[in-house]
Amino acid sequence: MPPKLPVKRHQSQGGTIGSGVKSVHSRISKTISKKRDEDAATEVGEGADEWTSAKTLIKPPDQLELTEAELKEEFTRILTANNPHAPQNIVRYSFKERAYRPISYVDQLAIHFSLDGNLLLRDSDEGRRQSARALLEAELAPVQSTVIEAEETELQEEGSKEDMPAAAAEEAAEGEEPAPPQLREQKLTNQFNFCERASQTFNNPMRERACQMEPPPRATFSATVNQWEIYDAYVGELQKLEKSKEKEKPKATAAKKDEKPRGRKLTSLESQGDDVTKVTKAAKIVERMVNQNTFDDIAQDFKYFEDPADEYRDQEGTLLPLWKFQYDKAKRLAVTAICWNPKYKDLFVVGHGSYDFMKQSRGMLLLYTLKNPSFPEYISSSESGIMCLDIHNDHPYLLAVGFYDGNVAIYNLKKLPLQPSYKSSAMSGKHTDPVWQNELVHSDVIKLSVEGTTMEGPEGLQLQTIGCGTSFDFHKKIDYLFLVGTEEGKIYKCSKTYCSQFLDIFDAHHMAVDAVNWNPYHMKIFISCSSDWTVKIWDHTIKTPMFIFDLNSAVGDVAWAPYSSTVFAAVTTDGKAHVFDLSINKYEAICSQPVVAKKKNKITHVQFNPVYPIIIIGDDRGHVTCLKLSPNLRKMPKEKKGQEVQKGPEVEIAKLDKLLNLVREPADKPEK
Amino acid sequence: TVNFLYFCDLFFKAEVEETLKRIQAHKGVIGTIVVNAEGIPIRTTLDNSTTVQYAGLLHQLTMKARSTVRDIDPQNDLTFLRIRSKKHEIMVAPDKEYLLIVIQNPCE
Repeated sequence: MPPKLPVKRHQSQGGTIGSGVKSVHSRISKTISKKRDEDAATEVGEGADEWTSAKTLIKPPDQLELTEAELKEEFTRILTANNPHAPQNIVRYSFKERAYRPISYVDQLAIHFSLDGNLLLRDSDEGRRQSARALLEAELAPVQSTVIEAEETELQEEGSKEDMPAAAAEEAAEGEEPAPPQLREQKLTNQFNFCERASQTFNNPMRERACQMEPPPRATFSATVNQWEIYDAYVGELQKLEKSKEKEKPKATAAKKDEKPRGRKLTSLESQGDDVTKVTKAAKIVERMVNQNTFDDIAQDFKYFEDPADEYRDQEGTLLPLWKFQYDKAKRLAVTAICWNPKYKDLFVVGHGSYDFMKQSRGMLLLYTLKNPSFPEYISSSESGIMCLDIHNDHPYLLAVGFYDGNVAIYNLKKLPLQPSYKSSAMSGKHTDPVWQNELVHSDVIKLSVEGTTMEGPEGLQLQTIGCGTSFDFHKKIDYLFLVGTEEGKIYKCSKTYCSQFLDIFDAHHMAVDAVNWNPYHMKIFISCSSDWTVKIWDHTIKTPMFIFDLNSAVGDVAWAPYSSTVFAAVTTDGKAHVFDLSINKYEAICSQPVVAKKKNKITHVQFNPVYPIIIIGDDRGHVTCLKLSPNLRKMPKEKKGQEVQKGPEVEIAKLDKLLNLVREPADKPEK
Repeated sequence: TVNFLYFCDLFFKAEVEETLKRIQAHKGVIGTIVVNAEGIPIRTTLDNSTTVQYAGLLHQLTMKARSTVRDIDPQNDLTFLRIRSKKHEIMVAPDKEYLLIVIQNPCE
């Protein structure tokens, strides 16, 4: 349908109601008049039915009179979207082409009617605001309000050029309309005369700063931790703790201060020393190893060789030479004393000196071990020749040494370099002649001197003997009882408790008694040897010897075997060693063997090792030879089937007793 | 006492020197090397290259052997190492800080 009233849309300012009504009217009228001519025809032609029925009678005077045919003639009109009033020939100057150009597109929109509504919803925001304002104005001054309102509107409408007076009138009229008073609302801010001030504080611009450091040094570390490393760490920690505890304690004592510098001096001295000193122990071990390698065959013999020939030899045995010990500096010095260490079974002490009393020179104390046959373990030289020595039984590091000049010295193996830690002097009552034998009993030294006095260290026990003592031995069990052999060939049985008397005198030998020894098993029996070529076995209760053996040469030393009560060894100056076993042969040695290279070499001493089946012998050239006893020389009672092999001291005593009984019965004879 | 200590120091030094000399002079001994904790030879009787080789290898071997012994029982420790080969016997004595290595031909 075509619009009946083309309304031009009028844009009024928001907020005013009914403003510009008049102007609208005027405008509408204008537009209507303009368009009426064109539209009228269409209206008639189309929907004429209803209208015509009522209005046919009235005809305008200027109506054209048309015939019936003319009326029936149809005119076709096409309704198009084109605005017939739109100009079609508008030209504009085109700067581009520098000429006027027709514009092809023209706006075809035609607005015939436009009307803004002035109604407001009472409940809407705007409505409420309006009513509130009206109320306010009414209260203030009903008359003036219009003026104010007008003024206000004037202010408001400054921007708008249209309809200003009309709007003012309208406002005035409207102001009176909302008469009924309403609830006062808060005063609202003037929307137009209101300025809101806001400011934004200055925001500091964000800044980012970064720098790169030099990376810390890196290192790869890797290690394996073993159980023992952990253990060591713990032990070290414990020691630290203990040390710190110890340090705290003596802080108070001032005495420590004096000691400290001394300690420092010590360490500084030590630090001066060559580092090589730290391998001392290792060097010693290696030296033994090297020796073990070179003397491997001897070591094997020592440990395992048992002469198979002994089985066919019936009762005789042999001595197998093992190591030979010698030391350059002791070459010309005779072996004057020999002694095994009671604790370390491979260690023995050798004293060097001279038996030639016209040619006395220096002495030498050497300690050898079987583990190192090529060099002595300890060395100590002395001005005077050594005549005798002994090792303390309970303290195997203590050595007592008797010198030719009559002195006695105590050596301590724990204190190196080896020097006498105690030495007797003229003041402390030394002897003026050679000390022939000494023995460490408990911690007292008992020595025997040529003078014929027996002295016990601290107590000064002296025994006057007629002759010159050369040897003595204490009883194994009865500790006051001892024997003294003299140069005249007599043996005295003495007691520590009686210093002026002898218990007994044995007229034993024709020449000097070189050695007397108690049997290790049988308490009554002792053995003696002499330069008169004989070895004699005695019962100390009987004045006559039980056995006599003639060895055809001066006997230097005699020693009981530690493993049997009937075995002993004697050495003679012709270079022979004789081993006897009374249970096998009561009359002759079961082994008689030259054991030194040259016949001139005199054997001076012999000792059985307390454990191993070996003996050591010393000669007057300074050599010490180690010999192994063949199986026959250490024969034990044969094992019988079904019988236990009896062992022990009782058996040994019985064995010797049995032999002695054999001798005793015909022993009424004075001597053999 | 200081004099005495100095004397002792000299004595021990001389004693070790003597011992080392004796070992070297012993029958069949080919060489003696003292090696410090780092495996650096500080004293030798062999030529340079042989010494370095022996020292380096034996130090390693000893450390390994020691580690083995101590791993089995931390309270235990290695005291000696003997290596018997066709030609030689190598003896290593580890002390606190030093190793003493001796090479010997036992058949000689």
